[in-house]
Amino acid sequence: MADTPKNPERHHTFLPKDKKSSKDFHSTPNLDELEKGPWPSFVTGLKRLAMEEKFGNMVVDLLGQLEHSYNTRLGYWKGGTVSVFGYGGGIIPRFTELMGPDHKPLFPECKEFHTIRVQPPAGNHYTTGMLRQLSESWSKWGSGLVAFHGQTGNIMFIGTDTENTQHFFDDINAYGWDLGGAGPCVRTGMSCIGAARCEQSCANEMKIHRLLVNNFIDDMHRPALPYKFKFKVSGCPNDCMNSIQRADMAIIGTWRDDMKVNQEEVKSFVADKGRKYVIDNVITRCPTNALSLGDDDTLSVDNRNCVRCMHCINVMTKALSVGDDKGVTILIGGKRTLKIGDLMGTVLVPFMKLETEEDYEKLTELAEEIIDFWAENGLEHERCGEMIDRIGLVNFLEGIGVDVDPNMIASARQSSYVRMDTWEEEADKWNQRKAG
Amino acid sequence: MSDTPRFPIESGCPDGFQYLHPSMKKNFGAWAYHERPRPGVLRHVAKSGDEIWSVRLGTQRQLGPYEINLLCDIADKFGDGYIHFTIRSNMEICVSDPAKVEPLIAAIEEAGYPVGGTGPSVTMISHTQGWLHCDIPGTDASGVVKALMDELYEDFVTEKMPNRVHITTSCCQINCGGQGDIAINIQHTKPPKINHDLVANACERPSVVARCPVAAIRPAMVNGKPSLEVDEKKCICCGACFPPCPPMQINDSEFTKLAIWVGGKHSNARSKPMFHKLVAAGVPNNPPRWPEAAAIVKTILEAYRKDALDWERTGDWVERIGWPRFFELTELPFTKFHVDNWKGARHSLNASAHIRF
Repeated sequence: MADTPKNPERHHTFLPKDKKSSKDFHSTPNLDELEKGPWPSFVTGLKRLAMEEKFGNMVVDLLGQLEHSYNTRLGYWKGGTVSVFGYGGGIIPRFTELMGPDHKPLFPECKEFHTIRVQPPAGNHYTTGMLRQLSESWSKWGSGLVAFHGQTGNIMFIGTDTENTQHFFDDINAYGWDLGGAGPCVRTGMSCIGAARCEQSCANEMKIHRLLVNNFIDDMHRPALPYKFKFKVSGCPNDCMNSIQRADMAIIGTWRDDMKVNQEEVKSFVADKGRKYVIDNVITRCPTNALSLGDDDTLSVDNRNCVRCMHCINVMTKALSVGDDKGVTILIGGKRTLKIGDLMGTVLVPFMKLETEEDYEKLTELAEEIIDFWAENGLEHERCGEMIDRIGLVNFLEGIGVDVDPNMIASARQSSYVRMDTWEEEADKWNQRKAG
Repeated sequence: MSDTPRFPIESGCPDGFQYLHPSMKKNFGAWAYHERPRPGVLRHVAKSGDEIWSVRLGTQRQLGPYEINLLCDIADKFGDGYIHFTIRSNMEICVSDPAKVEPLIAAIEEAGYPVGGTGPSVTMISHTQGWLHCDIPGTDASGVVKALMDELYEDFVTEKMPNRVHITTSCCQINCGGQGDIAINIQHTKPPKINHDLVANACERPSVVARCPVAAIRPAMVNGKPSLEVDEKKCICCGACFPPCPPMQINDSEFTKLAIWVGGKHSNARSKPMFHKLVAAGVPNNPPRWPEAAAIVKTILEAYRKDALDWERTGDWVERIGWPRFFELTELPFTKFHVDNWKGARHSLNASAHIRF
């Protein structure tokens, strides 16, 4: 450790003097390197756990296997099948593949090292009491090691054997926690801090998050879909939850009336920062040139051309804010690389009002249509976005009963190689929709 | 297991409202504006005039009971007892009394945790499980992140970047770490090595064949047993066949390399959301400190810090100055591998006479 802590008993580098686990530490010169430097070290954390009486030997061997990975630059875990009674998923089973010459595990104490995925509260809010209670249960039935949070949003309780998996789940399930998803199923959702602390929130993120996920709870606990399906909710187009790139169905808060401008605050911002700063950092950064600074230091906004990108509101937090007519934009089909490359979510519903219970019901129904259609038509291991890539957006829209909208495209068709026998019918549909 | 199995209570996602700080509960949906009084601290003011101060700290993401109790003790003694986690595994302790902010920061720093990660800083790296727990990793994740955050510590506790910098690491090409302003990802460079003795027992062969994005995998009989073969000329070394068929080993102690990507962002602010693009590859996967990858990341960060305008994300910056200038400023080699040749590649080529000299 670089510096001697001033209060070793209350410091992240603290190691207890007594080692209660019975197994001796393996030599870990590579991992020891990661105890140096100013950033808190997970290796020191693992060593502390390895000194505990219960599960200490498991973590001693985990450190041994991890060091072996650092030496050989290869991983040694394989999956398997472990679940709790009544569920089909939610556990990430891990069995060691690292065998000695006698074909027995080289690090036997961690030959089983499963992770339990648990859904965090919407918005990732905790009380210290809740955190301590979860941590205590995990120290009782598992290694004690918890990741806040995995990339899908779950609390990851890392490291226990098959039997204790059930005990831990029984424990925490009794006081209000439930498993997340793993495998081909609806996955744990994520939502930003939103209306709880952010003035830019245009939606009740926690409500949307819980409504969608809990509506599909059977599809989460009993994996039977083509592949994973993720919901993520962001309260504004800053998209702090990265829903557009990481969620099959992204819900992003927005508004459709005029952005709010407090001209007195604009003036004081200009007085404080200077006209050049405001022109260079606000006016010219508007992607649609919708802003103009008046000679009297007031701001005018061409709201018809504002694309609600959030930049000016992010810079002038006191002077500018989102409008009153709030709702959400819904995008479909975002995902990570495997297998046809990264896909960005595509606009499905440009604006949906979420005020009444009927509005929320419409949102749930839309999600049901999408998941049903994809479950019927997606290939094995095919994400919803990949299916849309294969069958085309129009076929997908017809499958789920949503009309085309010019907000769905970045540009209109460029290829003339298309049959258009039903042009008149389609034009009529548009005219009728416009009229009705 | 117990003798009489207990049916689960399928309660789903817990309501976060019950764990909200009282000020967040009271002012839910009624906030007016926010400021950043100093790096690592946010001050939100409600329409009611109430305030909430959030102190953000970096964690090692993997926490044990000692760390959880240490941080909860601080939140109880110096804060109001409420904790919020960000998507990048930073912890936030929120208080409504401004007088509590300085003592809270002092206690966090005394315990050895950095306060920062707000605004134009390099915030905590979002990452995957790596060798600690994943079944297909080409590298570690917690270790790469620890090594890099040691190097970038100053950039976490200060706000000296043009705009926020999100770094991600991914220990295979599935890219669970996500899009980043800078992404450090595994890039396999050799086709999988097949253990034909195990394929018939361990793999569902049709689904492995279907998984290959370039149709390079075919069923074959090898040594009289059903197995698979790979057309190595076609293979793009993506590793998609490995998860359903572990005998097709893609990871290699030497040929599993790192690649660095730049310019991903999910925010709609200014430009539309963007995917990150390849800038460097062939970087050795070199534990425990990954010095070669760290050096490239620092070079890119320094060029970005010096050259980008305020509020430009790395992607916005490169779009403005152009890719030739990016390679000039970072002195990274430009190769044929930077020219995309996947579906739709023409859209990424320069179909104009727009050239900077």
